Amino acid sequence: MADNNGNSGSNEKPATKLLDELEEGPWPSFVTEIKSAAEANDSARDLLGQLEVSYEEKKSHWKHGGLVGVLGYGGGVIGRYSDVGDQFPKVAHFHTLRVNQPAAWFYSSEALRKVCDIWERHGSGLTNMHGSTGDMILLGTTTDQLEPTFQELTHAGFDLGGSGSAVRTPSCCVGMARCEWACFDTMKLCYDLTMTYQDELHRPAFPYKFKFKCSGCPNDCVASIARSDLAVIGTWKDDIQIDQEEVGKYAAAGLNIQRDVCGNCPGKCMDWDGRALHIENRDCVRCMHCINAMPKALRPGKEKGAVILIGAKAPIVQGALLSSVLIPFVPADELLDTLKELVQRIWDFWDEYGTNRERIGELIQRVGLPAFLDGIGLDPVPEMVAAPRDNPYIYFQTEKEGDQ
Amino acid sequence: MSTATVQSRLTDIGPPSYQKYLPPIVLRNYGQWRHHETLAPGVLCHIAESGERLYTVRAGSPRLLSIQTLRRYADLADRYCGGSLRFTSRNNVEFLLEDPARIEPLKKELAALGIPVGGTNNAISNIVHTQGWVHCHSAATDASGLVKSVMDALNDHFTHEDLPAKLRIAVACCLNMCGAVHCSDIAILGVHRRPPQIQHEVLPKVCEVPTLIASCPTGAIRAATVEGKPSVEVIEEQCMYCGNCFSVCPAMPLSDAEHDGLSIWVGGKVSNARSKPSFSKLVIPWLPNHPPRWPEVVEAVTKIVDVYRGEARRYERMGEWIDRIGWPRFFQLTGFEFTRYHIDDFKHAGLSYARSAHVRY
Repeated sequence: MADNNGNSGSNEKPATKLLDELEEGPWPSFVTEIKSAAEANDSARDLLGQLEVSYEEKKSHWKHGGLVGVLGYGGGVIGRYSDVGDQFPKVAHFHTLRVNQPAAWFYSSEALRKVCDIWERHGSGLTNMHGSTGDMILLGTTTDQLEPTFQELTHAGFDLGGSGSAVRTPSCCVGMARCEWACFDTMKLCYDLTMTYQDELHRPAFPYKFKFKCSGCPNDCVASIARSDLAVIGTWKDDIQIDQEEVGKYAAAGLNIQRDVCGNCPGKCMDWDGRALHIENRDCVRCMHCINAMPKALRPGKEKGAVILIGAKAPIVQGALLSSVLIPFVPADELLDTLKELVQRIWDFWDEYGTNRERIGELIQRVGLPAFLDGIGLDPVPEMVAAPRDNPYIYFQTEKEGDQ
Repeated sequence: MSTATVQSRLTDIGPPSYQKYLPPIVLRNYGQWRHHETLAPGVLCHIAESGERLYTVRAGSPRLLSIQTLRRYADLADRYCGGSLRFTSRNNVEFLLEDPARIEPLKKELAALGIPVGGTNNAISNIVHTQGWVHCHSAATDASGLVKSVMDALNDHFTHEDLPAKLRIAVACCLNMCGAVHCSDIAILGVHRRPPQIQHEVLPKVCEVPTLIASCPTGAIRAATVEGKPSVEVIEEQCMYCGNCFSVCPAMPLSDAEHDGLSIWVGGKVSNARSKPSFSKLVIPWLPNHPPRWPEVVEAVTKIVDVYRGEARRYERMGEWIDRIGWPRFFQLTGFEFTRYHIDDFKHAGLSYARSAHVRY
């Protein structure tokens, strides 16, 4: 029963003249990886063959997706069919499973081997560690193998990730597990959000995709501000913690503190007099540069929390967007409750007014941030804008009784 | 058939608990890290308030990994790290050690396996990328092969921290940008340059015409009757080849081996350090799609890295350096041609025009 990919081993290895060139050079080769899997698996071997044809013809040989999945879920599997399936029958159906990664991509060797064993029994033996959204990607299997793979995965403690118009698998930086700059527990928040929204993740019911990303500090190692509909970026409210003795050591070691640290400060809030570093914290924008440059001497403050931003996306449909500020500061211990309340209001508004394939950021662009704020019941604050409007075309609202 | 696994059927269990696979030293010092040092490129030491030290060895990976290689990683984790490992947001693999004496032996084993160590601080990290021809229907190019070709050329900047600041490269094989390349120091983006070839025969069977019309960001798609059947027509002058129509309708393929290719964008970032997060800007509208080694792309990216490395000041990211020297000088230094395609003509285009008399001579 073990082998359902029909690994007869009778077919010869495909000639891969072009791909072979990609086994040369110092960087690890994905071709070597596919060949390694192809030693034991015929679908990996046919993938190699089809890929060589793509390299020859300079075009993809995958057909437009198809609706495949596991019982009770509307997502987590990407259907993929070859348009040269007659030539490469073992990749005629070559679907991908998205598996929800452990927070910050930590694994035990045992867990990793368990997944490998499952994927050896049921799929191509090829993976992506990891996909762009964060999932572990199991690359390539047939429709009949999806449900058995899924069941084995869940019994090993893994579940599928999101796809389609659903909550996509949330992801987070390494946070408190190994970073002194984590201003909130990114791994816990990411896990809690994922568990809270299991139904929305597995059963697409939105106008389009919705991504969460949690970064522990403004360095934003998971690119939340560029890649998530809802970004949680750690920050602090009080003063940067300074160890003047350590600052002195950086200077003694040759760091030009005035030019390279103070000179690069976007808030122009610091000054080095050769003996001590002075920071006007009121003017600090919490950018992280000085802390990055002198991690032994400077640390984020003690009053920690996060900025909540909304609306980032890649170009499709109406153009790329970066996230913008929705709530300037939420204390770390209030993040989960605040987000749950906020997200429900955002989704209600999106459900009501979003059109097909309209990300939340595009909806806000279309109706305007003021209307969105009215809709979700959030008061406007100046932190939300780079500057107030510079055009006088104002939609004044009808004055309520009692207004002047 | 392997349906032997139909025991109790589990669903909606979510991912493993967030602390399940953390090594003991991490659990002991969770949230209690004090600072960190870099011991060598790719080797970090995090020091906890408790005084405990955690050593990280970061290694490059092609991202597309066989289970054979994953098992090799697992073996290394067993031998050096008490069985724990992690991956990074840029697809590197990290081995976490408690004993500093084990760092060099691990690095030797990695070197023997052909796995480079690096990617920290002022180095080029691994290239975030998409599926390409390996697994995607809308790809204008391959992604893994481009990454391999570019990283082969830049490998020394992965293993050495020899750049003015960190440098983040990303590859996306079409405008869908699963790799979200739009905020990278250097982005390589696959582009189509011909309108969709409408398959009128199958279109009414596989697509909803209103959805298809609504999918076009420029309103270039109109309903039309072709040979008595409902279909669409494309106003070709209005098409900018984004492929969004193909995403909603398989009868609108727009790949074209001759005219598809690569564009190069620079100067974006996601970090808030110093300057604000920003989008990458176009520097080369099109380069030919030349597998398996994409020499034109490798040459262009290498050129950008070399010029940046020679000209930028310490801590200046690509975009910050260009902001200081100005775009005219960037084009002069790199030798890339500035064309009409570099000037935006989509929504809000005017915001990118030079609206001042500030000109460098």
